[in-house]
Amino acid sequence: MLIPHPLLGPRDASEFVYKGDAALMNRPDGFADDAPEAFVQYAYQRSNPRGAHRELWFHEQGDRSWLIVTRDTLTHEVLDCQLADPRRAGGSQ
Amino acid sequence: MGFSGFKVIKEALTGHRGWQPLWRDAAPKPQYDVIIVGGGGHGLATAYYLAKHHGVKNIAVLEKGWIGGGNVGRNTTIVRSNYLLDGNQPFYELSLRLWEGLEQDINFNAMVSQRGVLNLYHSDAQRDAYRRRGNAMRMHGTDSELLDAEQVREMYPFLNFEHARFPIRGGLLQRRGGTVRHDAVAWGYARAADRLGVDIIQNCEVEDFRIEQGAVVGVQTNRGYIGASKVGVAVAGHSSHVMRKAGIELPIESHVLQAFVSEGLKPVIPGVITFGAGHFYLSQSDKGGLVFGGDIDGYNSYASRGNLPVLEDVCEGGMALMPMLGRARLLRMWGGVMDMSMDGSPYIDRTGLPGLFFNGGWCYGGFKATPASGWCFAHLLATGQSHPTAAAYRLDRFQSGGMIDEKGQGAQPNLH
Repeated sequence: MLIPHPLLGPRDASEFVYKGDAALMNRPDGFADDAPEAFVQYAYQRSNPRGAHRELWFHEQGDRSWLIVTRDTLTHEVLDCQLADPRRAGGSQ
Repeated sequence: MGFSGFKVIKEALTGHRGWQPLWRDAAPKPQYDVIIVGGGGHGLATAYYLAKHHGVKNIAVLEKGWIGGGNVGRNTTIVRSNYLLDGNQPFYELSLRLWEGLEQDINFNAMVSQRGVLNLYHSDAQRDAYRRRGNAMRMHGTDSELLDAEQVREMYPFLNFEHARFPIRGGLLQRRGGTVRHDAVAWGYARAADRLGVDIIQNCEVEDFRIEQGAVVGVQTNRGYIGASKVGVAVAGHSSHVMRKAGIELPIESHVLQAFVSEGLKPVIPGVITFGAGHFYLSQSDKGGLVFGGDIDGYNSYASRGNLPVLEDVCEGGMALMPMLGRARLLRMWGGVMDMSMDGSPYIDRTGLPGLFFNGGWCYGGFKATPASGWCFAHLLATGQSHPTAAAYRLDRFQSGGMIDEKGQGAQPNLH
């Protein structure tokens, strides 16, 4: 599987570490009243879609950037790839 | 149709023309007492034990494909009960005891072969961890033996004991572990359930759940609506996809696990061997193929196929353990879709919806659990109460603090 890195071009997926659903970028507010429930939801529940999935890949054996890859979980086709920006929400859609 | 030695001889002498299909090709009825969604090993075992031990008469098993076409026919056939934690070990021991009596119970040759499962250790720390695991098993009444390198050498002289990085120091042996012919498990349970009146409905995919007044009352399928007092979902691999139709999100990611078979060889590996310094396990099928596997690919996937880096990794593990493996040619490889739960342990539980029950999250260890999974899910469906050996497999255990994290990896499904 090739990941089309926005800066480096196509790179083999084995250079990356898979970090899961991009919704994990949306860390809940630990001081909110509903923080315990929100963190259970955040840490343990997954939308796990069949089809397009926005997910985090960390280029550990490369430039150590974090990417948001949109990939079809039924075909492994990569539909989109962007640098993850901590100032923008990840979201699982 | 019962099986006996006499029947086999008679058929052999008369050209095998008297064999009948093992189960009826049932058409859906409008209403059932219990519907099991998913005709894999777990679903069929559930239906069988529901009919046999709980006296439920009106049961349907809905299978979107054909019986034996899912993960029950795609695994590496290993059975064992060598778990560490209290939430797991009694359950898997129940499963192994059920395997031991399965063939007589369902009158079907599932080729249960207790050839022993040996987990190798390669360091002092790993030996201590295995000693602890072995003691935990014994405290639950399970057999386990800690072997040193010489004892392992007597069993498997061809292993690479003097590997520079990962010398073999010994192993934890469970002699009662072994392998079972996986297809025969599906066929045998299907036949046994059918003989108790269970309708096995193939090519019947659940498209939606019908929910009335907050309770599940039936399922919409590609073969029409079917009503049911209780619906049990056992579709591991696709649990998130099916349960989402009922509005339920699960603590599960779907991942692909690959398995591999070599060309057929003369008998060379008597038991099941696992490499402790990497993730590699191997046994030899009765047809002669070396059956082996390793890690999941590690990314969410519903495609029943994986990628080459895992093949490379698995074969490296195999070569480190057993250099003679390099002389064998790889014949086939395939992938199956796994429910990877957040702590590596399964779920057998009620859901927030009355009438809807869930069985899934088996990670890549579901095959060995087939009988106990069916036993405990049937108990839950019939009585509304968790079976004592499966009481820890709750969907809300992450909220309540009751995680069953055998590997101590935390909420990282791709590391379990």
